[in-house]
Amino acid sequence: MMKINTPKKKRVLRELEKRAPKLVETGKKTLILQGLKTSNVLNSVLKEIYHLKRDSAVRYTRKNDNIRPFESGGETSLEFFSQKTDCSIFVYGNTSKKRPDNIIIGRTYDHQIYDLVEVGVENFKPMESFKYDKKLAPQVGSKPFITFAGEGFESIDELKHLKEVLLDLFRGEVVESLSLVGLDRVYVITAVSSDRVFLTHCAVRLKKSGSVVPRIELVEVGPSMDLVVRRHRLPNESLRKEAMRISTDGLKKKIKNVVGDSIQGKVGKIYMPDQKIGEMALPNKAKGVKRERREAKIKHSEHAAKKKKEDAAD
Amino acid sequence: MEAENQIQVDLGHLLAFDPYHHFASPPKSREDLVTECLRAGTKLVQAITDGLFNLSATEAIEGPLVKLPKPTTRLPREKHLPRPKPPTKWEMFAKSKGIQKRKKNKVLWDEQTDSWKRSYGYDRVNDDADVPIIEAKMTDEPGSDPFAKRKEEKKKRVEKTEKNRLQNLKQAAKVGALPSHVQLAATALPITGTQAAPKKITKDELGNVAGLAATATASGGKFDKKVAGEKAVKHQGKHRKFLPAAEGSGMGNREKEQTDKVLSKLMARNSHEILNVGKAVSMYNVKKQRDGRNQKGRSSFDSSSKLKPNGKPMKGDKKSPYQKSRKGGSHGGGASRKGKVD
Repeated sequence: MMKINTPKKKRVLRELEKRAPKLVETGKKTLILQGLKTSNVLNSVLKEIYHLKRDSAVRYTRKNDNIRPFESGGETSLEFFSQKTDCSIFVYGNTSKKRPDNIIIGRTYDHQIYDLVEVGVENFKPMESFKYDKKLAPQVGSKPFITFAGEGFESIDELKHLKEVLLDLFRGEVVESLSLVGLDRVYVITAVSSDRVFLTHCAVRLKKSGSVVPRIELVEVGPSMDLVVRRHRLPNESLRKEAMRISTDGLKKKIKNVVGDSIQGKVGKIYMPDQKIGEMALPNKAKGVKRERREAKIKHSEHAAKKKKEDAAD
Repeated sequence: MEAENQIQVDLGHLLAFDPYHHFASPPKSREDLVTECLRAGTKLVQAITDGLFNLSATEAIEGPLVKLPKPTTRLPREKHLPRPKPPTKWEMFAKSKGIQKRKKNKVLWDEQTDSWKRSYGYDRVNDDADVPIIEAKMTDEPGSDPFAKRKEEKKKRVEKTEKNRLQNLKQAAKVGALPSHVQLAATALPITGTQAAPKKITKDELGNVAGLAATATASGGKFDKKVAGEKAVKHQGKHRKFLPAAEGSGMGNREKEQTDKVLSKLMARNSHEILNVGKAVSMYNVKKQRDGRNQKGRSSFDSSSKLKPNGKPMKGDKKSPYQKSRKGGSHGGGASRKGKVD
């Protein structure tokens, strides 16, 4: 015996629809949490990441001792949290003697762990330590520029993976149109050596220049840190293929039979299809309707008979 | 000086990547590193804004609005693509019969009340239950209530639609295309027989049962394969200890100790039936002494001292002069206090 449960409140219905899988995805939510032991540095790093991603992040402040993302059984808690909060990127901070100031950035696909990158944080400078003109401060939730510089990002596997993960973490909402007034922040990520990456967050100043394009000036505002790549786990091939699939529904929208220029405007050609009057539906169910059904039945049975013949012939 | 302007710009993500950037010399200090990185960053952001401001912009209230192109770097999705819904039973039937969908109006003109009424739902046009008089047909049997019959039929129809809706949703759930706002919940397990609903098992109970199952194995659950996230068995290991098959027969002979323990327990429990001869003899002797002393009084001195191995007289026998004068001879003696006849 099964029962159909539908939500009784509209608010619940709206939340469920927000969490349903969509054709085009708009931005991932981030879950920030910590392990059994965190240092001061790590606490401020997690706090600053949360502030940078204020509207699209969830911060858990309790200690979790059973999260070990790189071991096979230690991911169940993370998957459970990802399901509950509908977050598909997580940032897990933990300190140990072997790995001080450790951060694991991971992504999930369908609430199962997709891939992981483990980095150590060094030379961390928090937002408060930077002095700048307060008018330049970037607004919360504005779409950032993201820049990567360094040949390591193309040649070294771990840095390539880190680049992809950082892009996913820092890009804001996926929007179709952007207001040029709201461009005020940039993440500058540079590969310093084969395993070290320098990350900083700057405000963008658009200055008048001769042409339409303004001149750019960067002012360091936000946290800056060195990330040392420690371990990483790439997704397995089948999961990667599944996650990278694009639907072909929205793509093939070629507009045919329309031409236009600025003088004539939009000119289109309309082809009238055959207005099969004999098959049109009559408003009052007269005898004509029965014929339509009869003919459809014949067509259907013909089709079925043809199929049977083909099957028998094979 | 070779300006390789091969900066890869992805306007859809506002992303710029310079794959040719390298440090000409390793930076000497932190500030040098930071300034070098900011320089590279500025160059890259300039490249992005070059592309961005050259897009066609529309005027909005806050300022120019640009339509971003599609991003070129592909990132993995966070959830699977929405799966297509399988056709419902009615849809398949309609397709096979050639039934087309007809556009119906939401409101219809009601002649009786001269108003526009809904075509379905509350207060609708031509409601089946609203007719005040139903004329009797020849086929109607006398005594049957036509209104009740109509209600019954409606109830059956509603049940049928609900059943069909459930079946359609089950089919969709099988494919994985259940609508996001619907959840199918099992109300009862498909067990025939007893009507009692099975009790919901709690987490602790499940853990206990798992522990029981673990100890039922020969190794006490040590090598059992655990499901991801399962906690260790609480009281691991076997609960009974068996003696080894071959053991020496000396002082520490465990088997002997075990059997001795069992035997002594049995004896202790049933000791009122078994006679301890030594104990019985000494008890008899003691009793005899007491009785003898009673009758003879003080002349039993010698006999009492003879019984004692050292020849010493018994403690309470010798009378101190104090006691005698105090008491005045009302007692016969310390030893014969009890059972005085005279």
